[in-house]
Amino acid sequence: MVTKEQSPLEEAAHVELEPGAALPESLWKVRIKLFWAGLRRNWSLFKENKIGLMGLIVILLFALMAIAHPIMRSVGPWQDDDVYDPVIGYDAPIENFEIVPTAADVVDPNSQMDVMTAQLWCFGSLPGEICEIPLQPAPPGNGHILGTDPLGRDIASQLTFSTRSAFMLGLIAAVVTVGVATTVGSIAAFYGGWLDTFLMRLADLVLLLPLIPILIVLSGLWTINLPLLGILIGVLSGFGGTAIVLKSQALSIKVKPFNDAARVSGGSNTHLIFKHIIPNVLPLSFLYMMFTVTDAVSLEATLSFFGLLNIDMSWGIMLNTAQSQGYLRTGLEFWWLLIPAGLAVTLLAAGFFFVGRAMDEVINPRLRSR
Amino acid sequence: MTAHESNILEVNNLVMNYETKEGMVSAVQDVSFSLPRGHSLGLVGESGCGKTSVALTLIGLQANNAKVLGGEVLLDGDDLLELDKEQMRLRRWTDVSMVFQGAMNSWNPVYTVGEQIREAMDIHWDPKPSAAEARAKTEELFGLVGINADMIDRYPHEFSGGMKQRAVIAMALSCDPKLIIADEPTTALDVIVQEQILEELRKIQHDLGMSIIYISHDIAVIAEITDLMGVMYAGKLVEIGSTKDIFARPRHPYAWLILSSTPSVTGPRRQLAPLEGEPPNLLDPPSGCRVHPRCPFATEKCVNEEPPLVEVESGHSIACWNPEQVPVGLAVGSSE
Amino acid sequence: MSEQNGQIRVKVDGLRKLFPISKGLFRKSTDFVYAVDDVSFEIKAGESLGLVGESGCGKTTTGRMLVKLDDATDGEVHIRNAGTDEMIEVMSIQSKVDQKEFRKSVQMIFQDPYESMNPRRTIFDIVAEPLSVQGIGTTEEREQRVVDLLRLVGLTPPEPFLFRYPHELSGGQRQRIAIARALVMEPTFVVADEPTSMLDVSIRISIMRLMLELAEKLGVTYLYITHDLAVARYMCDKIAVMYLGKIVEMGPTESLLENPMHPYTRALLSAVPVPDPSYRRPQVEIEGGVARAINPPDQCRFLQRCPFAVDQCRNDPHPDLYERGGDHQVACHLVTSEGNWVGGERVELDLRS
Repeated sequence: MVTKEQSPLEEAAHVELEPGAALPESLWKVRIKLFWAGLRRNWSLFKENKIGLMGLIVILLFALMAIAHPIMRSVGPWQDDDVYDPVIGYDAPIENFEIVPTAADVVDPNSQMDVMTAQLWCFGSLPGEICEIPLQPAPPGNGHILGTDPLGRDIASQLTFSTRSAFMLGLIAAVVTVGVATTVGSIAAFYGGWLDTFLMRLADLVLLLPLIPILIVLSGLWTINLPLLGILIGVLSGFGGTAIVLKSQALSIKVKPFNDAARVSGGSNTHLIFKHIIPNVLPLSFLYMMFTVTDAVSLEATLSFFGLLNIDMSWGIMLNTAQSQGYLRTGLEFWWLLIPAGLAVTLLAAGFFFVGRAMDEVINPRLRSR
Repeated sequence: MTAHESNILEVNNLVMNYETKEGMVSAVQDVSFSLPRGHSLGLVGESGCGKTSVALTLIGLQANNAKVLGGEVLLDGDDLLELDKEQMRLRRWTDVSMVFQGAMNSWNPVYTVGEQIREAMDIHWDPKPSAAEARAKTEELFGLVGINADMIDRYPHEFSGGMKQRAVIAMALSCDPKLIIADEPTTALDVIVQEQILEELRKIQHDLGMSIIYISHDIAVIAEITDLMGVMYAGKLVEIGSTKDIFARPRHPYAWLILSSTPSVTGPRRQLAPLEGEPPNLLDPPSGCRVHPRCPFATEKCVNEEPPLVEVESGHSIACWNPEQVPVGLAVGSSE
Repeated sequence: MSEQNGQIRVKVDGLRKLFPISKGLFRKSTDFVYAVDDVSFEIKAGESLGLVGESGCGKTTTGRMLVKLDDATDGEVHIRNAGTDEMIEVMSIQSKVDQKEFRKSVQMIFQDPYESMNPRRTIFDIVAEPLSVQGIGTTEEREQRVVDLLRLVGLTPPEPFLFRYPHELSGGQRQRIAIARALVMEPTFVVADEPTSMLDVSIRISIMRLMLELAEKLGVTYLYITHDLAVARYMCDKIAVMYLGKIVEMGPTESLLENPMHPYTRALLSAVPVPDPSYRRPQVEIEGGVARAINPPDQCRFLQRCPFAVDQCRNDPHPDLYERGGDHQVACHLVTSEGNWVGGERVELDLRS
């Protein structure tokens, strides 16, 4: 561009400047500054939505929990592996019962037990012997703030440990969904024709699939651990409903004149898709990412509850343990087995959902209250 | 201005703001004008000048965040601003009706046009018309606006753009209002259709003795169909008078500049003179006279004090401190 | 630049664009909308041509074909390459290199200042896009070029504008940026599609004047698409009036306005609102009726609406556009080759008073 003769344009407009005088800062610094300014602007919009803020606080609390676990496990009284490990820890107070012949002979239920009942715990025991029964699940107390589960493990430790896996699952699922759905949606919208038809029919098919039975079958074929579950959810969600929504967004962007302008400037198809269409679809993609996390957390809990996954510990596993040991139908008597895990699933899923709804208002100006 | 028996509408010192998150938008600032019975008044100005806000206030359909802070709107002597929502609703369509911008797109596609006009009559006529009465009236209206009577039972998608707009005008006339407000009635239409509709409106006004307020950004359209004209800028009425007088000799700098920058197919080929600057931000309007940043004759007084609307000739008023600066004849742009 | 005046910059021959009306997934369409039908014209250096007509006449489609946003069904478009000074045939461009050369020579200014810019890109990115897409210049050189252009279009000082976003600017400012973007690669030909129709009236003239000044300074030729004859009069040396895909009249602006020969041109001229209350409008000589050019018979396209139609108009094919005495081309059976009207009586159309 540095030519010897000046073109008419340069002649007309050029004012001699020292190099660098036009723009004192380098381009990438400016871009970073602009990015931050944009974030700040979006944040101030986001802040206005009270529910979104609540959701964000919930998520932050859970994040703190997730970070807290490894820290707590390395300091203080929670170090003890035998007692506080979420998977293999064991701690149950032992209570001794003297075995008497029949139920009628039981004078003090707190220290005596009849033979029939004792058989459940101490097989082959006879009257006169002492039967040792570990009191699990134990209610809160004795150094366990939330009590222990039927296998004697600390509930609080399990809860905080599972937070990490929940976040990791959510993250994997969300990233895969966004990646797949944005690409599929943008390509379908941009090229149209048979590619569009094919991708959309594929999406319909994915939508039709009954998710849980499919995952049950898949869990029979492979052992599904957490990362694999995340990828599976991401792929199914990405090719399914999210792709359809993002495609329609991409379509509405594709018809805007700035795409024509880019083409007239010499832009190729790739340039248009990646520099113009996808950047305008991405805000919506991030939005749907939030909902994917919600789905992923709930789905994992359900699948673990049915014992279909190959994970060490998660909230779903906690519920599964409670159920398989027969504590599900006991009402509130063993509340510490059900409520912490159940609440955790609900709250984290809800937190992401509310954040997603608030983001919707930021991204979609029509929904704003003003 | 004193209340005259012959004025169908008098607007006195109307002030209206919009409350927004960023602050108060001063949309209508001390606007006063009167419309004698049977005449047509054009309100012309660019976006943000307040002409549509004035229109919406007249018909009581201003936005939720609009606050009328002062003034009165006298329709045939009654102050419309004093009425509550229900009273205003009863007045709407029967006393004052409106043809909105883009109204042709507001036809409900699942009902016939005749049904929708009938609906307007059902709501506003007292007593409700019988089917025969409604039919007869609709036929009469369609005849007035130049649509074939057998289109009454057709659906909106069977009408062309121009016909839809004419049907809207018919609907606005259906309850025999005293005043019609037409906001950019022909903006989205092709020029030949536009001409036909303007012709219809002229005829209606003439035959029915209708009082009409036209709102447009297109000064040529206003020249065609109005006898009175008001030029608005940034919420203020800067010049008002008969259309002929203002075109012959615009006295306010802004009106003069606008006329000097309007291209025309008639007359000699002129070098048009552009205006400097852009329409102002109404959140923070210019001090004093709102035109001063763009006015070639602005003085210090213009920056500090707002000029009042003052009558310079009979029926011709302007709001300017230095009207004598405005030359006779239009500005000519310099050719470089 | 003056030695280039008179050189042909754009030559369009028999341009045609047919849109198929879909008959379903597998059946071939038999119905076509003849959006642009056999359009031919020339634009010389230093000239601007106005393409005028109502909605549906094909003017926008023609403009889009000239910048290769749409492909033509038929016909040829030759545009002079800014670099090599040779004529490129647009529709037959194959290689990427040729494509690049073409894009450097021809640019477009769009109608909507709001939607023609990507809201997520800065002004610098928007104006520099042609350069970055084509790989022209280093980052510093591009920055310099953008700054120069912003100054040229009247956005001074240019630096604060560089890293703002489109939504922070007014419509007028945005359109100036659109002009800057169109000129950044120094094209010889720019298609302007109604660039001022969405702007406030008080700034239209300043934008139009800017375009005229830049045409003068940089030697750019315009095709100015508009529905507003008054604007076309101001901007263009030559005007072509289109109706239903065909050019019905074409000639130097003042000559066309002083002596419009085609009934449609006359109808259009008598319908344009005039900012003069004392102007007595002649009655528009046209019948109602909207015709769509779907599989049109080979007849005069204006037949349905022409009050002067005679048997010849019904029987003969669509009249050719050729010169009738002087520079003025008309497509009408009732105008002789000397430019005399032999049809029914017509109203005096005196626009000069």
